[in-house]
Amino acid sequence: MRGEAGWLRDTRPPYLAVGLLSGAALAYEVLLTRLFAIIQWHHFAYMMISVAMLGWGAAGTLVASLRAPLQRHFRLAFTASATLFGLSAVACFLLTQAIAFNPLAAVWDPRQFLRLGLVYLCLLIPFMTAAVALCLAFSRFGGDAPRLYGADILGAGVGALGVIALLMALPPMHALLAVAAVGLAAAATAYGLRQRPAWGLLAAAAVLALAPADWVQLRPLAYKDLTQTLRIMGTRVAAERSGPLGSITVVESPGVPFRHAPGLSLAAAREPPVQLGLYIDGDGPMPVVRYTGDPEPLAYLDGLTWALPYHLLDRPRVLVLGAGGGEAVLQALYHRARSVDAVEVNPQLVNLVEGPLADFSGRPYSRPGVRVHIAEARAFVAGSRGRYDLIQLALVDAFGASAAGLTALAESYLYTVEALGVYLDRLAPGGILAITRWIDLPPRDLVKLAATAIAALEGRGVADPGAHLALIRSWKTGTLLVSNAPLTPAQIERLRAFCRERAFDVAWYPGMPAEEANRYNQLAQPYFYEALRALLGPQRQDFVARYKYRITPATDDRPFHFHFFRWQSLPEWLRLRERGGVSLMEWGYPVLVATLIQAAVIGVALILLPLVLAGKRLPRRGRGTVLGYFALLGLAFMFVEIAFIQRFMLFLGHPLYAVAAVLAGFLIFAGLGSRLAGRLAWDARRIVTAAALTIAGVALAYLMLLPQVFHALAGLPDAGRVAVSLLLIAPLALAMGMPFPLGLKRLADEAPAFIPWAWGINACASVVAAVLATLLAMHLGFTAVVVLAGLGYLLAAALFRLRR
Amino acid sequence: MRACLQAFLTPLFAAALLLFADTPAAAQDANADARRRMVREIAEMAAETAVETGRPRLDARVMAAMGQVPRHRFVQPGDVGQAYANRPLPIGHGQTISQPYIVALMTDLLALKPGDKVLEIGTGSGYQAAILAYLGAQTHSIEIIPALAEQGRKNLADAGYRQVRLRTADGYYGWPEAAPFDAIIVTAAASHVPPPLVQQLKPGGRMVIPVGTAFLTQHLLLVQKQADGGVITRQILPVRFVPLTGGPKGG
Repeated sequence: MRGEAGWLRDTRPPYLAVGLLSGAALAYEVLLTRLFAIIQWHHFAYMMISVAMLGWGAAGTLVASLRAPLQRHFRLAFTASATLFGLSAVACFLLTQAIAFNPLAAVWDPRQFLRLGLVYLCLLIPFMTAAVALCLAFSRFGGDAPRLYGADILGAGVGALGVIALLMALPPMHALLAVAAVGLAAAATAYGLRQRPAWGLLAAAAVLALAPADWVQLRPLAYKDLTQTLRIMGTRVAAERSGPLGSITVVESPGVPFRHAPGLSLAAAREPPVQLGLYIDGDGPMPVVRYTGDPEPLAYLDGLTWALPYHLLDRPRVLVLGAGGGEAVLQALYHRARSVDAVEVNPQLVNLVEGPLADFSGRPYSRPGVRVHIAEARAFVAGSRGRYDLIQLALVDAFGASAAGLTALAESYLYTVEALGVYLDRLAPGGILAITRWIDLPPRDLVKLAATAIAALEGRGVADPGAHLALIRSWKTGTLLVSNAPLTPAQIERLRAFCRERAFDVAWYPGMPAEEANRYNQLAQPYFYEALRALLGPQRQDFVARYKYRITPATDDRPFHFHFFRWQSLPEWLRLRERGGVSLMEWGYPVLVATLIQAAVIGVALILLPLVLAGKRLPRRGRGTVLGYFALLGLAFMFVEIAFIQRFMLFLGHPLYAVAAVLAGFLIFAGLGSRLAGRLAWDARRIVTAAALTIAGVALAYLMLLPQVFHALAGLPDAGRVAVSLLLIAPLALAMGMPFPLGLKRLADEAPAFIPWAWGINACASVVAAVLATLLAMHLGFTAVVVLAGLGYLLAAALFRLRR
Repeated sequence: MRACLQAFLTPLFAAALLLFADTPAAAQDANADARRRMVREIAEMAAETAVETGRPRLDARVMAAMGQVPRHRFVQPGDVGQAYANRPLPIGHGQTISQPYIVALMTDLLALKPGDKVLEIGTGSGYQAAILAYLGAQTHSIEIIPALAEQGRKNLADAGYRQVRLRTADGYYGWPEAAPFDAIIVTAAASHVPPPLVQQLKPGGRMVIPVGTAFLTQHLLLVQKQADGGVITRQILPVRFVPLTGGPKGG
């Protein structure tokens, strides 16, 4: 008995438990984005998780207020918190499902905001319990901060990689149980594996990890495309796959066949052949067309706007970007393309079409002349040495998301000025880039894309970009052609005939008379033609400045093609909201701003709260310095991390592996940096200063050098690019791992009561920074974000040098 | 004793009777008031929207229908209080009914005459079909989700619109036995205009399709079949939103 009490007072820091718990918490965060993408839409996942992450800051507040009793029972408190994390990770997610917040109705129904608040509270709990345990460890063992922080952040790095592996092996709900099990295992380790209660925790972890598949279920909202489809009589799920890039569901509907043919010509006499509907995270459908090798049933494809380039080119060599279910490949085969290179990022999609669905799909990717490449489109083009007559990018994202204007905060490197330039570089002389997008009214997407194409052409020294462009539209889709040579009179004649036969409208071709616009599908005004004419004329800048949506072309530094929001138009949109004008508003950006405001307000409250609750126990002197130092570190660390994840994404190509590799690289090297800082014999002030100078210097140097380095090495194989990336990240991250633990260590020596408060400040600042970085990048670009981060580190180092 | 009891109970009975008799009437009045407010709101909005739709005001008969058809009978029990608010409402099964203003606008765009034969794709809760029936159209309506079809049938019957002909089927092929139609209204999402529906439209007939997602109508597609069989479409924003380049010149 006495032995146990002695053990409970044990004074060794629980490194392993800290690492496990930190890894589990990071994995949980990633998993939540996955799970919410399936039951809802990912933009709201971003908002909910950002706010919930403040549970990290709340933990700092709690520990700061209850420091003495919690520290006295450190081991029990740590174990209890970690256990609660494990249990609430599952329970709270199930609760949020039951709350069923419906973002679509939020515009109309204020009650939805109450539900949103409940979701925040629910999700706060798992993050907060995990963070209480971690914060306690730092508070109790502040002197060991460098090693402890090393374990913490190394654990997070392993968690970032581990969750990808989990998602490859297990369906997302199962992965959630596995992560909860890791939380319980962390609790058991902290308690001491030789103790009986720890065995109980391990047994509970095993039960979670081995629970049957249907023990917990995902309940997607009724308004998801997939949920709606499955209500239709006779539909059934024909196949399912899940992976880190998304959950794929294949739906078969013999009774009411899928007939996905967006904007099919009204002159089309026949309907599309039988299709299967492919849903990714419940959004779709993307069609898999029945194909037997007989081209005749594919005739409907010639009634879509994106068939146009095949009428201007003779048997082209085609590159299809975002090949998905294979429809664009069939389009190429129907038009007897000379060769087809199809690029698709998600291997599971290709495997489904070629494997289980082969009898239906006719294996389009294995047809003679067709080659399939599993890669991200932009990176594939950048690393490719091939020459193409046609590069086809057709409707690569679903209609629903773009219709709601919610994709604004998602960066896309497919539609930047630089991207279009790279595509043009890969075209053979006279080759054509064809991009097809959904029609929105009032027009923004295609108008911005046209502006982007003009900028790309001008960047390549084309004096008269209008001669290289054509734009046509149906009521649902528009196709923009960008040729690397002026369109010939013969091509223009064929374009006009193509549109006339299909009742498509022409919005631009070189030399187009105004009266030819807006004939078949009449808009209140010939918006598209007028926009193109303005963009190609002398009044371009004035037009862009006065347009009610943001149509300034996206660049690699500000890769937000879908960001159309303008503050100037907000009052009008709000006024028209109930008058049928709800779709005028672009919601993504305001949601992001709301997220930032929420996070900032709650964050500040959490930082101030300990001053009220534990005011007397916190020394008066040095509060400002502690606040400034740890807030700056939180902001700057996230800024660097987010900005460079973006840069490396472009280089590594694959969005998921890029994020995983870069994130893990940052965390693991920062963890090593932290341990290194603990061992260096230098004075802490010198280390922090040197680290800040290194970070600022390296980051700025990277801003200038990375584009050239990436361009030169784009052709390397995947493993080579990952290795280069990690090598580049290492010096930056090693330095970034030092200032935070050294700050905590110094507090442990000088004023230990500050530790939980400082820890909480850093956490709150990180959460706010994640949202702020995106917002800043939208307005100023990622370059500015990096510059600000460098300044932040320098300022923090200056604060560290101050004598308290 | 007995008389005493009787004397005591009679007023109570009367009160109870009054209470029971009164409730529906009062509710009826409240609903009628709410409907009137809704119609007023729609009229104001329509006046402002005139520039985009090209219609200075909505057809008086359409407005009368909006003022008479009991929308609260076509929403879910929990939403009755919201029935006359100018907003879309969920009707279960992941489906919604459009906000009243959009319903009025779409009906108006059909330019119906009494006795016209109309086809609706997507019965939903039956509200749009009730409006069409009120206008004296021979209404045919198709629903693809069986449970919703049943619900729509019941709502229409309860509200007294038994003349609406209903069918649970795939709307893509229309209703060939009843074709051709003077007007077709599609209240479900469509990736393209089904060729069979265009074929089942009379020359001079009109078809209206909303474009958007649940709770969000982006714009309306009006398909007009010319006398010669040619087809012209118009895309109509439900709001006044011109000119696109604001600023001083735009006003």
